Amino acid sequence: MTATTRFPSTPWRNRTRWLVGAVPRRIDWTLVLSVAALSAIGVLLVWAATSGTGDPRDATGHARSQLVHIAIGALVCVAVAAVDYRLPSAYAPVIYAVAVIGLALVLTPLGEVINGSRSWLVIGGFQAQPGEVAKVGLVLGLAMLLGEPRAGEHRPTTRDVLFSLVALAVPLALIMAQPDLGTALVLVAVYMGMLALSGAPARWVVGLLVCGVLAMAAVWWSGLLKDYQIARFTSFVDPAADPRGTGYNANQAKIAVGSGGFNGTGLFQGEHTSGRFVPEQHTDFIFTVAGEELGFIGGTVIIVLLALVIWRVLRIAAECSQPYGRLVCIGVATWLCFQSFINIGMTLGIMPITGLPLPFVSYGGTATIAHLAAIGLVLGIHSRARGFD
Amino acid sequence: MRRLARGQTGLLLTQMLVIALFATLIGRMWYLQVPMAEHYRALAEAGHTEALIVPATRGHILDSVGRSMVGNRTELVISADYHQLLAQDDGGEAVLGRLAKVLDTPPEELRKRTRLCSPEVSRPCWQGSPYQPIPLAEDVEPRVALQIKERQEDFPGISAEQQAVRHHVRGRDAVQTLGYLQPITADELEEREDLRVRFSGVDRVGRDGLEAVYDEQLRGTAGVRRYAVNNMGEVTGVASETSSEPGMHLVTHMDARVQGIVEDALARGMENARKEGEPADAAASVVLDVRTGGVVAMASLPNYDPSVWKGGVDQDTYQNLLSEEAGKPLVSRALKGEFPPASTFKAASLSAAVEDGASLNGRYSCPSSITVGGRSFQNYEGDAHGSLSLHKAIVVSCNTVFYQLGYDMWREDGGIDPVDDPEDAMANMAKAYGFGAPTGVDLPHEAAGRVPDREWKQEYWEAGREDSCERAKNGYPEVREEDPGHAAYLKKAAEEFCVDGYTWRAGDAVNFSIGQGDVLVTPLQLARAYAAIADDGTLRTPQLGKAFVSADGKQVKRIEPGETEKLPIEEKTLEYLQSALADVPEEGTGRYAFEGFPLDEVPVAGKTGTASLLGRKESAWFASYAPADDPQYAVVVLISQGGTGGVASAPVAREIYDGIYGFETPDRSGGDSEDGESGEDGEDGEDGTESGPAVPNGAPPEELPTVQPDGSVQPPDGYRK
Repeated sequence: MTATTRFPSTPWRNRTRWLVGAVPRRIDWTLVLSVAALSAIGVLLVWAATSGTGDPRDATGHARSQLVHIAIGALVCVAVAAVDYRLPSAYAPVIYAVAVIGLALVLTPLGEVINGSRSWLVIGGFQAQPGEVAKVGLVLGLAMLLGEPRAGEHRPTTRDVLFSLVALAVPLALIMAQPDLGTALVLVAVYMGMLALSGAPARWVVGLLVCGVLAMAAVWWSGLLKDYQIARFTSFVDPAADPRGTGYNANQAKIAVGSGGFNGTGLFQGEHTSGRFVPEQHTDFIFTVAGEELGFIGGTVIIVLLALVIWRVLRIAAECSQPYGRLVCIGVATWLCFQSFINIGMTLGIMPITGLPLPFVSYGGTATIAHLAAIGLVLGIHSRARGFD
Repeated sequence: MRRLARGQTGLLLTQMLVIALFATLIGRMWYLQVPMAEHYRALAEAGHTEALIVPATRGHILDSVGRSMVGNRTELVISADYHQLLAQDDGGEAVLGRLAKVLDTPPEELRKRTRLCSPEVSRPCWQGSPYQPIPLAEDVEPRVALQIKERQEDFPGISAEQQAVRHHVRGRDAVQTLGYLQPITADELEEREDLRVRFSGVDRVGRDGLEAVYDEQLRGTAGVRRYAVNNMGEVTGVASETSSEPGMHLVTHMDARVQGIVEDALARGMENARKEGEPADAAASVVLDVRTGGVVAMASLPNYDPSVWKGGVDQDTYQNLLSEEAGKPLVSRALKGEFPPASTFKAASLSAAVEDGASLNGRYSCPSSITVGGRSFQNYEGDAHGSLSLHKAIVVSCNTVFYQLGYDMWREDGGIDPVDDPEDAMANMAKAYGFGAPTGVDLPHEAAGRVPDREWKQEYWEAGREDSCERAKNGYPEVREEDPGHAAYLKKAAEEFCVDGYTWRAGDAVNFSIGQGDVLVTPLQLARAYAAIADDGTLRTPQLGKAFVSADGKQVKRIEPGETEKLPIEEKTLEYLQSALADVPEEGTGRYAFEGFPLDEVPVAGKTGTASLLGRKESAWFASYAPADDPQYAVVVLISQGGTGGVASAPVAREIYDGIYGFETPDRSGGDSEDGESGEDGEDGEDGTESGPAVPNGAPPEELPTVQPDGSVQPPDGYRK
């Protein structure tokens, strides 16, 4: 570090040490490079998705915005990684609280309805999706409740599980009120994943799983879902039923991916992409652009990179001796895995259509920053996994 | 340690789950992108482009010298672009309003016409593709088109373009033979799979005549311009383009000048017949090249103005073209008119009798009437000529000679109680002359005519027996009030028919011998038969099409002539018949018509005929060919309910020969000047100003006209356009 040699012993140096001093110790380069590669591919795909039929050089707006999102996300990632994760109570409740307040505000006139759900918060020209923050908040909150055994215990008790249920229920209820089915499903999946691997009593794990299935059935039959949500599910079962209506997305997505073939048409060369046949192709349906323009090869690269990220996160979880750190990693892995599978699955016609972005690849400010922040948490845990120095 | 182990097991399971999920994704992606790739590519292709059909320029129909009979003319068409209108804030309302003012039509009408047809939206609406310009006004004044072109900013989405429309260069001439175009119907598109690819909503298809028969070659290949479109249906560029290939020109055997002469002569013939008090409701004429079977001219009156088809005919106009009151001008009598051939049929009767054993050099008695089967059969106007040769019997058209011949042949077959395998010499000879079956000419919907024989009689009886037996019992009360005698006759006829209507009676055979009774022929069949007599017994398939020549003249494809047959007649019989027919204009029933015609220069052979049909006045025939010593043309003229053949039709045929060979036609119109109805098309005037023979050297060209690279057409050597 040149800075350290130039200013050998100043108070500033000490503060810098506190902030970044622990960082370079252990870095999981596989994880970092995979995430960087996914982000880079994402920028290219966003560019291709938004350039239309004209010269790609004339339509770089979204791509440049996405670069800014990534830059901010990278800073957040480094900052989060730098903070010692072993001080959960220092910021976990803060993040959780911010997320819940954000979610509540969305339901006030400050919220904005986009694509049928009130999930955007608009303050002074800035847009944010508190739902994305809630994912981070829930991971941290649950890790705190389930990963910090009470005195004399070495695993979560029934009380902890009940507290954790409350911690889930509050943001979940707010998100269902938007309504944002996709994010709600991610929260439930993250909860189930973390609970199952937290060492909580098996009866709770199995019992909640059964309850979850029953609840879903109840929601389905009770008519709590919006028409378009039901339509998405039915058209998932039979996309040809209404090719111009709700089945349109599913059909067009499959056509885009299928027509790409093994090699793809080449970046900026996809006719389906440039004709904008797939709605939301730079956000939720970004994978159709990859499918058409980069083909099976490109699609596989993205899937393998995502698998690498999740594998590394799980490895870091296994190496972490602290239950709290391990649970954060498990939460992040569950989140990324569930969201990636649902997102790519829906473009390939094997999952119903829910509004979820593809981690690191889809265009989006809050989502990109949230995903990179989550990676920052994991990197921070990794660098300190071997115990205290 | 147990706790840690448990956690590790969970993580291991989680990792396996992750791998399983991601493997599923890759597997699914492989399925979509490798085995199913072609399927999705085809789907994508279908969704990304919209085709615009660019119709090819239709080929012309030329006569044998290269004169255009049907060509193309450009007219200005105002059309709207569906998507451009739709993209406007008010859906094009303001633009259509301004356009309505310029075109002087109600704006509501234009708005309706720019809607797309669907099960909920019925006409007026646009049936074609939304990517095809929607025509809103055809054949507009250049002034209107200019207004729109110059103020394009006021008319976004509206264009004024030139469009090719079919143009009958010679007006009404040969209008039924040439045919017409109409927009293709949805049913036709359904029926013919291949059409769907090549047609668009704006395209027209040949519906009758040569336009229909040679539609495919005349049409050419339409070009397809594929526009790339986005998900909003907006055009983003041209994805691919195949240029249209113009249709081939059809060179016919026709001669536009002869056709004009025929049309004029027929019209005059009808006019003259009407002056004599005859109804003369229709007329037809066919001119054949006896050496090739080529149809040189083919006319049918009444005719109609072919411009009615422009822009699609409406139902009322169409019904009128088929109505009795208007004289069914759409129907070509030359092709579909069925009349008894009357005495023109005696050529076939003579052939049958002689081939069946009658002596060619014998004498035959020609009394004023003969009685057969209890009925008296009269000569025309009761004339008697004593004893005649067959030659003379043809020249003076003695019916009784042929009655006797017919009766004799009937008796040889066993009469009322026929032998097991009757000769049926008359019916078989009639069929050998090509009667009773379509000639195979290259025109649609040809009538077959009718040769009555035993088989036909049986079928006819079976079909009508029930009705006749009913009448035999109850009579004709509705007729009795007005004419008790006629009612009694009808009742007796019904009684006879009811009992043994299937028998081939002596009366049938006798009537048949002079081309009366149940025999029916078309003018085209009769012309073909006389052409066969002229051409030493070669019965050819009449043909209009001679060759196709590509628009640039580089490709020339001759149309193969149809099948030929030989008349089953000995040469000396044929020669005898030819010499008899050659004397008809000179000294027989055609004498009046050919007065003053230089028969020594161009001898004409022919036969008159006067056909009677129950309830109608006599129809006049003249069937002929010339020159008799070296035949080139066969000319048949029919005037329906026009009187006798010698007075009504033979003069028309003579006028046609006058025109072909450039002779003077005597004025028969009783002092009236010639500026009557004939020549009303205006364009006939150019024929009128030309003097001299219509056909140089009295023969149609063997060579084809040539199409120059610039598209102009040169006549064959020795011919003038």
